[in-house]
Amino acid sequence: MDILISNHSKEAIYNQIKYQIKEKVFSGELKEGDTLPSMRQLARDLHVSVITTKRAYEELEKEGFIYSIVGKGSFIAEQNPEVIKEKKLTTIEEKLIEVIANSKELGLSLPEIKEWMTILYEEE
Amino acid sequence: MENVIELKNIYKSYKNFQIEDLSLQVKKGFVTGFIGANGAGKSTVMKLMMNLIRPDSGEVKMFGMDYSKHEKEIKKRIGFVFDDDILYKELTLHDMKKLIAPCYKQWQDSLFREYCDRLELPLNQKMNTFSKGMKMKASLVMALSHQPDLLIMDEPTAGLDPIVRRQFIELLQDVMLDEEKTIFLSTHIISDLAPIADFITFINSGEIVFSKALHEIEEKYAIVRGSLELLDRDTEQYFLSIKRTDVGFEALTSDYQQIKEVFQDEVIVEKANLEEIMYYSKGGQGNVAFD
Repeated sequence: MDILISNHSKEAIYNQIKYQIKEKVFSGELKEGDTLPSMRQLARDLHVSVITTKRAYEELEKEGFIYSIVGKGSFIAEQNPEVIKEKKLTTIEEKLIEVIANSKELGLSLPEIKEWMTILYEEE
Repeated sequence: MENVIELKNIYKSYKNFQIEDLSLQVKKGFVTGFIGANGAGKSTVMKLMMNLIRPDSGEVKMFGMDYSKHEKEIKKRIGFVFDDDILYKELTLHDMKKLIAPCYKQWQDSLFREYCDRLELPLNQKMNTFSKGMKMKASLVMALSHQPDLLIMDEPTAGLDPIVRRQFIELLQDVMLDEEKTIFLSTHIISDLAPIADFITFINSGEIVFSKALHEIEEKYAIVRGSLELLDRDTEQYFLSIKRTDVGFEALTSDYQQIKEVFQDEVIVEKANLEEIMYYSKGGQGNVAFD
């Protein structure tokens, strides 16, 4: 499992870790029951403090993405399909907004975008 | 969270320096960075922790125990590393090991060899020919080989080149894989702390200014820059320390949110790093003028 953090990002490191693990859950790379590296192992591998990874895991646990068993480690929790669907819809919406913004920059009209979309959709 | 070190209401006075009513705790399983200017009292506090000096009054508890009754038990669980030429010059690392290993029941020779290997330390070279970095590595290896639960280090990274410093930090992160271990280290090189420190304890003129999780400091403290016109008796209350120049003021706050609410877009607010916090705290609580 890759987790890549930036030390120069405005985003706090614990948040970067959190987001990346969540993304992997959404994309299906991490599945229910999968083991996560221990907090301390992850801290060492990423060159960050233990409290940073601890915070990321604690928040992921609170949000229901993972669960921990003392002495055994942390695991990916069962995901609610509704929640995942909701999240995926949000992602699609964000991407569509981006497409619309880019299209407007080029002066493409709504029918033109729709036509393009139809062609691509049917090709799939 | 359990405390490995607990100092309570410590008083200790010297001719030119005193510690009054100092209390501090160090949490088990974490790395605590101890920062402060030269002469702020870092070494005195570390000597108190090592029982090298005794407080005039107050309580020092290590692993919940008292030095007066359990000195031996406490000492065998501590690895002490400090920035001083303690190594016997004419000896090789191998000789030194033969001298020190029998003092500790917990000494593990395989661990000692593994560390020497990893840090590329020669066993049969006289230690007076060691570079500064090698000496520091040797002293760390000695401290780690008896598998202490607590590492106390005084300026361990001072004067080390960036590569050795990095090896050093990596070694400490390996130690911290075990949640029973605790590290307490003082340093001037604050960037060394960023990747490993969980908590920061800041001492100034013999007083603990704060002892907090590093992320809490990063979230709350900020440097604020703005026009002098914004300062009056009321607004000055929001800052810990203010410096005025002809082109505006620069100030330190420990309440990022409040400043954002009070001044909104009229000032520039940037997260303060540890060096800035130290610098401004040294200037005292009042207003310090630039000339």
